[in-house]
Amino acid sequence: MDRLTQIGKETRAWACYDCGKCTANCPIARAGAPFSPRRQVLSTNLDHREAIESNGSLGICLTCMKCDSSCPASVEYSKLVQKLREYTYREDNVGCPHGGALQSTMRMMAAGKTVQNRMDWITDDIRITSDESEVFYWTGCTMYLDAFFDELGVHSLNGTRAAISILNQHGITPIVSPSERCCGHDLLWGGDRKSFDLLAKHNVELVESSKASILVVSCAECLRTWKIDYAPYFSQRPPEILHISEFINARNNDLSFKENGDARIVTYQDPCRLGRHLEIYDAPRSVLGLLPGIELAEMHQSGKRAVCCAGSTWTNCDRYSKAIQVGRLKEAKATGASTLVTCCPKCQVHLKCAMNDPNLKEDIEIEIKDLAELVVEALD
Amino acid sequence: MTSEQVKTKDAVTPRKSKRRWTPNIIVFACNWCSYAGADTAGVTRIEHQPHFRIIRVMCSGRIQPAFVLKAFERGADGVLVSGCHFGDCHYIFGNERAVEQFERTQRMVKLLGIEDGRLRLEWISAAEGARFAEVINEFTDQIRDLGPGPFSSRRAGSNNGKP
Repeated sequence: MDRLTQIGKETRAWACYDCGKCTANCPIARAGAPFSPRRQVLSTNLDHREAIESNGSLGICLTCMKCDSSCPASVEYSKLVQKLREYTYREDNVGCPHGGALQSTMRMMAAGKTVQNRMDWITDDIRITSDESEVFYWTGCTMYLDAFFDELGVHSLNGTRAAISILNQHGITPIVSPSERCCGHDLLWGGDRKSFDLLAKHNVELVESSKASILVVSCAECLRTWKIDYAPYFSQRPPEILHISEFINARNNDLSFKENGDARIVTYQDPCRLGRHLEIYDAPRSVLGLLPGIELAEMHQSGKRAVCCAGSTWTNCDRYSKAIQVGRLKEAKATGASTLVTCCPKCQVHLKCAMNDPNLKEDIEIEIKDLAELVVEALD
Repeated sequence: MTSEQVKTKDAVTPRKSKRRWTPNIIVFACNWCSYAGADTAGVTRIEHQPHFRIIRVMCSGRIQPAFVLKAFERGADGVLVSGCHFGDCHYIFGNERAVEQFERTQRMVKLLGIEDGRLRLEWISAAEGARFAEVINEFTDQIRDLGPGPFSSRRAGSNNGKP
């Protein structure tokens, strides 16, 4: 059996009956891009390798799973794209507008020949340990994102610090390891299986050897990678892997909030990795519900129907992504919210970037915060 | 540089001895100043160490973090970014952009744990052939002291493939 047929089988592409709901639901196709998930599925089924590569649409796909969730035949389209990217992978083929800087960074981490300086952001008010603890806190690459996207005013490290101080409030001093490496999410979804493999082995070994029983993760993409993509790499029973919002919900009795917080309206952006990939919709919302004075106003498209930030794997950025981002920010503004809450640093990067447009400044400018930051602000 | 010039340059470059390690340096030079500066150094026959490759770009403002990071990823031992002096940029403010990009690159390089000394920014004008030679000599010596880069295939214990 040739590889394409096999990919078709693994992702149920063969079950496609050509209804076109995927393309109708696709945020990129809606924004007007010459891109069609349906055509991609058909090309796979018809064994047209050339058609798959030539229309350039493999890189455009956000893998946001909006099509998966609407497919009546349960074709796993995002998985199909991931496998096709792996199948057609060439290292020099970088669609990323950052010229592949982030891919290079991730691959250097995968090679692991240096000792990273990734702990400079730790402030005195948070407690961490490097020895033993019940909880391992996974920081993700927020320090790299803040360093690289400094000019956009991205402060994703605030969310990381806030998550650690939430853990501290629960009386936990989490392990934060200086030898943590990128989770490899973007390499995997960009088709670079070899580097992903190296990262996965290193990270899984790191967490297993720490003997922590709970792994707490803030970043939606890291969480997806840990919960789903790392599963085959564990040699023993994996620790309990929780999103910070799931952790707070499980133990909310330990937090004491201010009696009456400032009344304000916020809205919540479901990251595609947390929402459709992992089906965690309620946990962040119930955390917002715990906070005094905060009222959640849902956007028109939320939960399962939420639109992604249009840049999930550093493979695409074009006018269509911009159109999606602007549309999403306008939706957020229309709720009357003063703050847009999210759980993914990449949502922050991409939405902040879209806000740089001087012509649309007032229409789309909104404060973006990580969920953990909001929780820490409300703490007594 | 014409192909004949490249050939003659290669011919005079001493063959790498098998025992002694020589650094592999990437120099990004802007078309209008630094590249011309290197040319001046050549035309005036100033001697300098030859262990670098020049990549010419139209303006130093083009030198994104990706260029430098990729160079390190592929095994460069040092990277020199060079452009016109402030106020002399052919595109008015290109070198100001270069500084911004360079600072971003520096932050990433620091996080990754690559030594500071492997990355350098210099302004060299078209007339400063001697300055070009001086910078190259200084930087090459510095890299020689630091030894092979972290991702270099010639580093001990490396499994990058080529010897």
